[in-house]
Amino acid sequence: MRYSGWRVIKEALTGHKGWTPAWSDPEPKDHYDIVIVGGGGHGLATAYYLAKEFGQARIAVLEKGWIGGGNVGRNTTIIRSNYLLDGNEPFYELSLKLWEGLEQDFNYNAMVSQRGILNLVHSDAQRDAARRRGNAMILNGSDAELLDTDGVRAMYPFFNFDNARFPIKGGLLHRRGGTVRHDAVAWGYARGADMRGVDIIQNCEVTGFRIEQGRVLGVETSRGYIGASKVGVAVAGSSSRVMEKAGMRLPIESHVLQAFVSEGLKPLIDGVITFGAGHFYVSQSDKGGLVFGGDIDMYNTYAQRGNLPVVEDVIESGMALIPALGRVRMLRGWGGIMDMSMDGSPFIDRTSVDGLYFNGGWCYGGFKATPASGFCYAHLLATGRPHEVATAYRLDRFRTGHMIDEKGQGAQPNLH
Amino acid sequence: MIIDHPLLGPRDAQEFVYLGDADLINRPDWQAEDAADAFHDYLYLRDNPAGVHRELWYHEQGDRSWLVVTRDTLTHEISKVELARDVARAQGRGR
Repeated sequence: MRYSGWRVIKEALTGHKGWTPAWSDPEPKDHYDIVIVGGGGHGLATAYYLAKEFGQARIAVLEKGWIGGGNVGRNTTIIRSNYLLDGNEPFYELSLKLWEGLEQDFNYNAMVSQRGILNLVHSDAQRDAARRRGNAMILNGSDAELLDTDGVRAMYPFFNFDNARFPIKGGLLHRRGGTVRHDAVAWGYARGADMRGVDIIQNCEVTGFRIEQGRVLGVETSRGYIGASKVGVAVAGSSSRVMEKAGMRLPIESHVLQAFVSEGLKPLIDGVITFGAGHFYVSQSDKGGLVFGGDIDMYNTYAQRGNLPVVEDVIESGMALIPALGRVRMLRGWGGIMDMSMDGSPFIDRTSVDGLYFNGGWCYGGFKATPASGFCYAHLLATGRPHEVATAYRLDRFRTGHMIDEKGQGAQPNLH
Repeated sequence: MIIDHPLLGPRDAQEFVYLGDADLINRPDWQAEDAADAFHDYLYLRDNPAGVHRELWYHEQGDRSWLVVTRDTLTHEISKVELARDVARAQGRGR
């Protein structure tokens, strides 16, 4: 069923009796050409593009719980293309371009809102870094504007500009960045994939891989064995646990990132803002809640909840930037498990097992990458070659010295 | 989280800096034939278990000792805290 304004009106006039489920609930078949492990944003996007752009058929997405119940449902919904390094920026620019056409492409309202992202700077050195980053973005087809203090003041007069320790000296504005309704991304991709014949199989946990003579033959699941010519894993947050079943150790640690929502407020913040002197970013949802977050909790964990010191740190940073937040009550907080990689950049690559592919290590940047991750992973699965903007995301890059270390922190995952 | 420091008693985890898997104290032999591979695995690969994890914490805001903390990554429950010094000595290393 195609969604449109006319359909909404027609259904409204006929008692909403014509709506059909957005995706079906098929029984797993014995064998598929391609099995995607993980029914999150990236897995569903991969299946969607495999069917739509790469002409593949007989595809299944296996999800241990319900689709979209992992990190695509537990993020701060920000999309952006403001990376510095050559290995990253063309990829994220492709992602942002896909976001821009996504709703028309998969005929689903994902509420893509390009409301602009402002990264604040507080010193001359930060301004230099912002200028360099902005130039790198422009060179890769993205957009960037360097604002001075007055430029920032015109946008957000309520900042604490004269903070004694971290005065606001300007900011890098990325107008095409913004936010998206995150659940709708998973649902839109799922519906689009289902319409093109992809089997989306929920409550189907992969418990092992059947590998013979260095080649993957299929996956063992909680709903029986499923054969597959190719298996693509996309389970960021649980990557180490799943790939361990194939005998692999990954350059990844799992960490928890917390995020928070305030009570609903009248319109206050119309874009996305990041504080440059601490780790704090904030936007306002369409329901009016301020959505904000900061650092990860710094220790390995698989618990989807964090500890109080980080809550305090995030809110202190928020207060330093926007003193008015002191009157706002926090409604809820949550934690999502991140694949923190050794250089802060992701992987989209084949593995040492023939037919087994890996997508993960998204750190806390997985949501914005969803369309390009799916597109490039589909390219790799369908053609056997990496997409041209994802050639740097190799699993062996630490061995060869080709790290993509945006922050220059070295092999210390909790610092990226 | 509260870390029960072997010398100082219970301390708030905020006083500590986290490094990572306690295997990081087992630096490979740089003169071995397979040193390049061993250092790659040592530096970049992690077991990253869901469950019991032995890990290094540094008491930066305290006595500056390194601790090996045994903690469950699913519940955050800490079951054992040792001085990294003692762990290394038990392996026959150090002075």
